[in-house]
Amino acid sequence: MVEFLQFTLSGVVFGMVYAAIALSLVLIWRGTRLLNFAQGGMAMFTTFIALEVVYKTGEYWAGFVVALAAGILLGAVVELIVIRPTIGRPELNSVIVTIGLLIMLEGLAGIFYGGQYRSFPTAFSITGLHAGRTPLGVSRFDVFVAVAVLVTTLLLAIAFRYSTAGLRMRAAAFNATVARLSGIRVARVLTVGWALAGLLGALAGVLISPSTFLYPNSMDSIFVYGFTAAVIGGLDSPPGAVAGGLILGVGLSYVGGYVGGGRGSDLTAIVAMGILVLVLMLRPAGIFGGSVLRRV
Amino acid sequence: MSEQAALAADGLVAGYGGVTALDGVTISAGLATITAVLGANGAGKTTLLRTISGLVKPRRGRIQIHGADLTGHGPEDMARNGVAHVPEGHSVIAELTVEENLRIGMMSGKTSRADRGARLAEAYERFRPLADRRRKLAATLSGGERQMLAIARALLARPRVLLLDEPSLGLAPRVMAQVMDMVVRLSRENGITIVLVEQNARGALAIADTGVVLNLGRVVATADAQTLAQDVALRHHYLGF
Repeated sequence: MVEFLQFTLSGVVFGMVYAAIALSLVLIWRGTRLLNFAQGGMAMFTTFIALEVVYKTGEYWAGFVVALAAGILLGAVVELIVIRPTIGRPELNSVIVTIGLLIMLEGLAGIFYGGQYRSFPTAFSITGLHAGRTPLGVSRFDVFVAVAVLVTTLLLAIAFRYSTAGLRMRAAAFNATVARLSGIRVARVLTVGWALAGLLGALAGVLISPSTFLYPNSMDSIFVYGFTAAVIGGLDSPPGAVAGGLILGVGLSYVGGYVGGGRGSDLTAIVAMGILVLVLMLRPAGIFGGSVLRRV
Repeated sequence: MSEQAALAADGLVAGYGGVTALDGVTISAGLATITAVLGANGAGKTTLLRTISGLVKPRRGRIQIHGADLTGHGPEDMARNGVAHVPEGHSVIAELTVEENLRIGMMSGKTSRADRGARLAEAYERFRPLADRRRKLAATLSGGERQMLAIARALLARPRVLLLDEPSLGLAPRVMAQVMDMVVRLSRENGITIVLVEQNARGALAIADTGVVLNLGRVVATADAQTLAQDVALRHHYLGF
């Protein structure tokens, strides 16, 4: 019973990070109808920048803030310089461009920072919390991870739902033609969407790197998990992305804990792939696929 | 011909890829008039509206709105310069609520919060059925209500020129008559210049001041609406009634 609780809680924590990546993919998908394969690479890169800042200043929070700012900036710059020229061309072009960007970012990280594994600091203690005598299997920092993603997600949700800028973004995503005819500068809105996606990715990178170490490929598997989570959620639905992240996080945590006599953690990547394939085969619109038929 | 035309398009050439959809189209609409653009499928009616509203860039020709040359501007700029375009197919955003759809209509210019509230109230006053459904998703509306919403959204931008593409398409005859009535009132009471593309030529000519007949991307007739409606040969040849 205690084990179950521990696996569940730690699954939720990882799940929240997958949810952040999934959300960033959904944001871009809704705006641009494009899967950004460089999302993990961008997060890795901003996390390296954060690590530099932490080294230089000795201050975790300086690195944290710089990572988020760098994420926003990188997202916007990538949209403006790399993605915009591909819009209106065959979709495969932009997909390949994001893969190229991923390779470039990972190469640059290798050149600037080297290929070795770096440990990334945490903001809070990583010793396990207890409820009475029962160890919960999560630390204070893990709680911070979950709360940070939750708060960011809620803030974004509120902004999208209630602000004029949020309405503008939703209008642009759902029907770009009507939005443009109403005077909304859709191109500018897309840049903002990419910037917000960059923010979420950067957040995920800073939060997960203490657990995974940081190296040029360190976000690859996290990206696959985030992508799987987004697909589970339907790729089009922000609440679906969060739910997909949690389902995947908890599910993989059980696999890692219960399957293969403690060696289950080797299986998680394969299981995640399996889930991805299954969902795409059985329910391509995702489990939460509120894929309302769209009249055009 | 343009003693202060509200809309003047001169020699428009436009198309998609290798296809030329407009081949030197010239039309002019006086202030607060209704111009019916008629013709068979593929005549270029929709492309003409899309070119005027900036969705399609003309290869040649000029577009003037109230004397200002706006050739080559995108739809965002055209909207800001008083051109509203309601594309065919009840173009509402189904995933947003009725009120959100309306608010989108007020994003083309700077308006104060109080002004926006007043405009919304006015829209609900004019389009009562929308007021009852303001919190509902636009996806739940009937075809007629969607068309009403699309037009209400366009009007909230306070346009000077309103481009309507097949507003009566797919509507029941009674609803169609209501839409046509509304078009007349918009021009008479609000002084909006209206360009109306219609498959239903008889209905459109009944309310229009001027008729323009397109065929294969060229203007084949321009005359006042009554004259066109009585020109039997033209009707048979291009309009099918």
